[in-house]
Amino acid sequence: MANKIQLTEDLFTPVTDNFKDAEKIARPSVSYWRDTWRRLKENKLAMFGLVLIIILAIMAIIGPYISGYSYFEQDFTRKNLRPNAEHWFGTDTSGRDLFTRAWYGARISLFIGLMAATIDFVIGIIYGGVSAIRGGRIDNFMMRLAEVLFSIPYLLMVILMMIVLERGIWPIIIAMTITGWIPMARLVRGQVLQLKELDYVHAANAMGAPTSWKLRKHMIPNTMGPILVNITLTVPTAIFAEATLSFLGLGIPAPQASWGTMASDSLSSILVGNFYQLAIPALLISITMFAFNVFGDGLRDALDPKLRN
Amino acid sequence: MLKFIVKRILWALVTIWAIISITFIIMHSIPGDPFAREGSMPEAVYQNLRSFYNLDEPLYVQYGLYLKQIAQFDFGPSLKSNTLTVNDYIANGFPVSLQLGAQALILAVCLGLILGVIAAVNRNKWPDYFAMVLAIIGISVPSFILATFLINFLAVEWRLFPVATWQTMKHTVLPTISLAMLPMAYIARLMRSSMLEVLNQDYMITAKSKGLNKGFILIKYGLRNAILPVVTVLGIITANLVTGSFIVEHIFGVPGIGELFVKGIFNRDYPVILGSTIFYSIILIFLILIVDIAYTWIDPRIKVTGESK
Repeated sequence: MANKIQLTEDLFTPVTDNFKDAEKIARPSVSYWRDTWRRLKENKLAMFGLVLIIILAIMAIIGPYISGYSYFEQDFTRKNLRPNAEHWFGTDTSGRDLFTRAWYGARISLFIGLMAATIDFVIGIIYGGVSAIRGGRIDNFMMRLAEVLFSIPYLLMVILMMIVLERGIWPIIIAMTITGWIPMARLVRGQVLQLKELDYVHAANAMGAPTSWKLRKHMIPNTMGPILVNITLTVPTAIFAEATLSFLGLGIPAPQASWGTMASDSLSSILVGNFYQLAIPALLISITMFAFNVFGDGLRDALDPKLRN
Repeated sequence: MLKFIVKRILWALVTIWAIISITFIIMHSIPGDPFAREGSMPEAVYQNLRSFYNLDEPLYVQYGLYLKQIAQFDFGPSLKSNTLTVNDYIANGFPVSLQLGAQALILAVCLGLILGVIAAVNRNKWPDYFAMVLAIIGISVPSFILATFLINFLAVEWRLFPVATWQTMKHTVLPTISLAMLPMAYIARLMRSSMLEVLNQDYMITAKSKGLNKGFILIKYGLRNAILPVVTVLGIITANLVTGSFIVEHIFGVPGIGELFVKGIFNRDYPVILGSTIFYSIILIFLILIVDIAYTWIDPRIKVTGESK
């Protein structure tokens, strides 16, 4: 107790404002999603894909009303017209305006793609989630069942289902989702199993966090990335499958149009020189596939910078 | 190793049984009667036909008979042909499909590997961009569109190749390209990212600093390690080729199993559809089995524990 600390009054002054700033976080906090968005914006190809998707979606909504013709109206005095001022994309063998039909087709193709992706997502997340959380014998059984179903080639299964079902938009969606959910279920299961073992989930468990908290704060944000990528890449797969079905005559019934039926209908017209009738739906399908594929790839890179090459 | 193989074979048998059962259920849930379309026929004839195809038996008896039939590799008679059975059709079509599939697979693997390696080695230079643009086109353009474009330009306009049918080697060029494009694009992308990863490995730097020949390093150390992910997806790629083949065969009028399947759909010839589906599935599962076993041979680092994830 020899050297006693001298406590004087002036040691106890209130903290100045200057001092407070040291504790302040200078930059705005960057959340996971904002960080992803920043990386995504730098990827020009992916942004190009996103812009294309937005344009396609807008045209699918307003496109059929622009030209003033309906998608089913036939006019045999004006059939097989090449693209001109009156009919921007020309007319088909029945004299229907291809501009309207193309965007009406966009509506159906995109709707099928999005619905199939959404249903795959919902079924997949439930099936995969239950399988992972239950674990053990139930997990084993559920995954084996999925594996057997998955070993049937996707397109073959879709075609088989379409033979049984009636023709129309919803039967196509059902046929696509009947085995389409499996990749999503496997993905979700893998993600949840991985997360279950991570330290912060153990910490949350140890601190007695309720399940809803764990789901909201840990599980969902951390599995959302790969799932979102999967959804983005499911859309072009579904559009491709729809086009193929329609091409085989198992798709949308006339007079409705999808890009696949338009391509299929115009197949014979290339032999008489009306190549544009095929080129329009073909280009639109390809652009859509391209847009979703590059956007999905970009999203995957942005979500997980480790993967980027 | 032996235990692993036996287990895989048993699992493949279970899968094939499941596929047969699923297709059986699907075919028997089709509303209506296969003979309803044939127009009016005497009641006795109708009953005879039904009993000839065992349609008058209860469903579980039919299922048992069908399983027994398939086990003997007998797919039954075709409904539309009086003389040919489904087996005859498959025997006629399989060599053609095999040739087309093998040509496309070889083309896809060789070109895909070369493009992928070139892209990785010249990363972010024009050969890389060229290869990746080609790959994106391959993924975005569905095979039936590519096929019709090839027919329009190379066959109809420039008359370089025959439009359709399957006679000389020249006839096989366009179908092979149409079929190979998607798997080629897939392999090229996979090979590029896998090669990029390998190029950064320490042993590559060591080899370079030892002053070894650049091409030698690339083949001996680079290719051998980078090719592994490609081997894993060969099963999926073959599945792609199989489902791609019925579109391509249909467009080019190639008399293979794909065309048989499509014709079966158009004619509602159920035994043909069932037979070709099951035949396809057996081939596919067999191929995937071989790939799985080959994979453990190629990469000795993979430990076979008998428990696949």
